[in-house]
Amino acid sequence: MDNTKKLLEIKDLTIHYVTVDGTVRAVENLDLSINAGETLGLVGETGAGKTTSVKAVMKILPVPPAKVISGQILFKGEDILKKSKKEMRKIRGAKISMIFQDPMTSLNPVMTVSEQIEEAIGLHNPKKSRREIKKLSDEMLETVGIKAERSMDYPHQFSGGMKQRVVIAMALACNPELIIADEPTTALDVTIQAQVLDLMKKLKDKFNTSMIMITHDLGVVAEICDYVAIMYSGEVVEHGTREHIFHNALHPYTKGLFACIPNLYEDEKRLKPIKGLTPDPVNLPKGCKFHPRCPYAMEICSKESPKTAMMDEGHMVKCHLYKEGMADGK
Amino acid sequence: MATQSENIEIIEVKHRTQLQEIWRRYKKNTRAVIGLIMLLILIFSALFASVLTPYDPLETNYSLRLEPPNAEHPFGTDELGRDILTRILYGTRISLTVGLIAVSISSITGCTLGSIAGYYGGRIDNIIMRFIDVIMAIPGILLNISIVAALGTGLQNVMIAIGISSIPGYCRIMRASILSLRGQEFIEASKAAGAKDFHIITTHIWPNAMAPILIQATLRIGGAILACASMSFIGLGIVPPTPEWGAMLSTGRDFLRDAPHLTAFPGMAIMFSVLAMNLMGDGLRDALDPKLKD
Repeated sequence: MDNTKKLLEIKDLTIHYVTVDGTVRAVENLDLSINAGETLGLVGETGAGKTTSVKAVMKILPVPPAKVISGQILFKGEDILKKSKKEMRKIRGAKISMIFQDPMTSLNPVMTVSEQIEEAIGLHNPKKSRREIKKLSDEMLETVGIKAERSMDYPHQFSGGMKQRVVIAMALACNPELIIADEPTTALDVTIQAQVLDLMKKLKDKFNTSMIMITHDLGVVAEICDYVAIMYSGEVVEHGTREHIFHNALHPYTKGLFACIPNLYEDEKRLKPIKGLTPDPVNLPKGCKFHPRCPYAMEICSKESPKTAMMDEGHMVKCHLYKEGMADGK
Repeated sequence: MATQSENIEIIEVKHRTQLQEIWRRYKKNTRAVIGLIMLLILIFSALFASVLTPYDPLETNYSLRLEPPNAEHPFGTDELGRDILTRILYGTRISLTVGLIAVSISSITGCTLGSIAGYYGGRIDNIIMRFIDVIMAIPGILLNISIVAALGTGLQNVMIAIGISSIPGYCRIMRASILSLRGQEFIEASKAAGAKDFHIITTHIWPNAMAPILIQATLRIGGAILACASMSFIGLGIVPPTPEWGAMLSTGRDFLRDAPHLTAFPGMAIMFSVLAMNLMGDGLRDALDPKLKD
């Protein structure tokens, strides 16, 4: 594959949290990549390592206890993990920015929204005058659909959806190449979710930015993502285009996720959850991490960790069911 | 029915700035307003001491020794025939200066140390906080005495001594607020926007941690005035003949039986100023944090 085209490439990333109660293996041998202008959905249950992996990209993991054991994170061909603090500050916000989960807490309560957007701009444009920055900030607010006359209001004077718009404006303020959105719609109600997603989609196309969208809502994925990576216990178990995942899900976990969504056309009495719980990351099961919950588990699953199998162009799966014969990849 | 829509009034929401909002809550509190008026009286007498009285605070007059309060000398005269009212008015300058500067020294140092300790944590936190524990372990007055003994008496050294001995309070308050703020998402968001630690502490953490520090500072001004008076009382503070309330008390002690006004009026002045600061501090606490009220 052409490496120069890739905006972000995560190779073999392993992150552990070293605590007194044991080592939490949060992310294990993670491989991901994203091209310019694309949206990647990162789907998984709570504790699957989604947030940990993207925080590693921003290099804002709490160290200690977090510890990057191995791997590379290549942003435009340069390894982020090797960057100095100073170089990293120039990347954060300007080239990669982040939208946080809860707009209620990700805005500073004692600063006006305009001040907070101006801050994001000012940090990376120290030469611009205050007036220029204010003008840019007002433009940004208008772009996300908030009238500029409300720029001097404090966060508590906005509703949740509007606060998230402000957060989006902050993230987009420096025109970054990559936006990481960590469950941007989880804290919002459904109608506002749709509006915010719509806005994000529009802005993403307008500024031609790439986006990593963390979510556990498959509806959000269907709405906005080009590619989808399904994570389970710190690994990507299936990766493919939206069509691959939605029409031809292979991994039993992915299938399980889809089975959880009630079907409108059938008379369903009960939801069909995946049995069991996500494994304790301090002591993960041997072999395939999903095997204790997997309805198709075989003997080999508890012994050997499955290898990545390329099933189709760009459709990868990590499962023993798809190893021999069918796999034409690695 | 059709007219109903006309009856709906558009309610104008009044926009108040943060300061206006605090002031609105502050002035509802009678005691706090009294405290503020008392402080204004103090400031006024400090600024216009020379206009308010015809006498000189240092000029002695042996023919008028130990005069009890009368029309010419409302507070009487002291053992050297100086007008006590004049000396108290001039003493206000010293007390307010000491209060203000000592509190500035301790709050600035304390906040900086507390911010560093709370924000970075780990070993730095441990070193700073153990150092603070050491200061806290020594009784305040003892620490003041030893610092003044080492540096020598005088206004400047007294302020430094009082400043140093009240660092721990600020440091601990600041550290505690930072520990609770550090985990907030907006701090992380600012980090993700590429902000430096210094920027995060000054623009995001300090404004959020200001309320308890401001209250502590106001309350401590009274404490500092009192500490200065006690230092002067034991002869380690402001040296005579400078008019200082504590020093006046100290000399008046010898004449307590014959001329009680020598001690009564400076004592009342100290009480007045400490009370003013405490009333203000309490009022400010209620105004800044409405949750604390009930």
